[in-house]
Amino acid sequence: MESRIQYLLLALCLTAWMAPAAAATKPDQLELEPLVVREPERREVNINKLDSENFEIGIHAGMMSVEDFGTSFTQSLRVAYHVTEGFFIEGQYGRTTLGETSFERLSGGAQLLTDAQRKMRYYNVSVGYNLFPGESFIGKGWAFKGSLYLVGGVGSTDFAGGERFTINAGLGYRLIATDWLAFHVSVRDHMFDSDLLGSKSTYNNIEFTGGLSIFF
Amino acid sequence: MKFRRRQRLQNNSRERLIDSRQRLHISSCIVLLTGLFLALPVLAVPNPFGAIPNPFKKYQPDVVVSDPYIEMHTGPGRGYPIFYVAGQGDRATILKRKTDWFKIRIPRGSFDDREGWVHIDQIRHTLDLEGNPIAVATYGVDDFARRRWELGLGGGDIDGAATINGYLSFALNPYISLQVEATQILGEYSDGYMASASIFMRPFPRWRLSPFFNIGTGYIHVEPQTTIVQSQDLSDEIVHAGTGFDFYVSRKFMLRMEYRRLTVLTSRDANEELNQWKAGFSIFF
Repeated sequence: MESRIQYLLLALCLTAWMAPAAAATKPDQLELEPLVVREPERREVNINKLDSENFEIGIHAGMMSVEDFGTSFTQSLRVAYHVTEGFFIEGQYGRTTLGETSFERLSGGAQLLTDAQRKMRYYNVSVGYNLFPGESFIGKGWAFKGSLYLVGGVGSTDFAGGERFTINAGLGYRLIATDWLAFHVSVRDHMFDSDLLGSKSTYNNIEFTGGLSIFF
Repeated sequence: MKFRRRQRLQNNSRERLIDSRQRLHISSCIVLLTGLFLALPVLAVPNPFGAIPNPFKKYQPDVVVSDPYIEMHTGPGRGYPIFYVAGQGDRATILKRKTDWFKIRIPRGSFDDREGWVHIDQIRHTLDLEGNPIAVATYGVDDFARRRWELGLGGGDIDGAATINGYLSFALNPYISLQVEATQILGEYSDGYMASASIFMRPFPRWRLSPFFNIGTGYIHVEPQTTIVQSQDLSDEIVHAGTGFDFYVSRKFMLRMEYRRLTVLTSRDANEELNQWKAGFSIFF
């Protein structure tokens, strides 16, 4: 009996002594944990966080021919938001100075407008459509991305001391130099009614400009 | 006892040693700190532990092509030619987005990377690095119905005078929204401005052509353009009721047509009634 208890105790001691040795991990697993635990990189792709370049801001300068008032220098600021690859929305604000009418030149000293009234400002909101997107080739080795676009909208013109409702329509060519830079050439007709020279008539004012814009 | 004394002596001598070297330590510390401070911008660049996120680093995730191939165009549009085709299993980095086009880079060695534009329909079939399809949100009538902010521009007519208007709208739920609006009036004989606030009700927000009704109040200011008209500035309160419809075009773009009946609460005996027609386009968020 006594020896049996002894055996049992011995067996227990032996298992207690052997157990940690048996459970011990392999030597290569005993390496120290690194002090700085790197967070696993988040691999989930969220395309809404991508940098998007749908806005375009540009400056344009050129000539504007105001009916009866000759042609003069004009400059404008344009901001566009590209809704799809086809459609874009554009806002334009421009300034020019009116020249002299033929009546003023022929009559000698008569002045139809004051200097303040000769400053013409116009703004409009328009919708544009990229009609022929594609590549243009200059020489053999150069290919530029570009697009011909149609644009039209409504706005207001501060003409000869009064605000006129103005409809504009035109077309332009956008030459994309890099992802963020583009060159423009555009022709637009700004149309409004006025009775400044006696009878009421529609004024067609052609704006021909070149411009530079950046995408962001 | 002897041992303790010896230890104290040793400690004393060590202290003295430290004392004598302290100045040297302080000055070298200052030199080191200054050096470290000056080197900080250089040291900060590799950012070894990734603990400080670089705010200027753009988000450019990696994806894996899972379709048999995807087509890379030279520009972000249907008119620009395909110049390269990436095959199944190719790894690509998405660089940026323009409307529905994504610029990607296929790494092919240091000077042979290919960069081109891929349409959203093909990006939708790529996988992230863990093999899950990437989530590409598409806009649909549901987004149109659940729109929260809306920014619109348009033109119209108010009893013969042309108008240009812009508005901002906030939806409390798909059925009710609040709107503020500014209108410029460009008449033959008079110019003016109008500002208004309205509440809109949409009974069928999930329809692509969704009708609406509105009521509201505002303020109108009219001034004559020439001396022929009685020279008198008119500023009055207005109340209005209107109806019209929104038409969902695509993505975040919609068109709106509206008719409004305006009642000008004049200071004279009779109120003035005006009819306003307008059309415009809006972007919603």
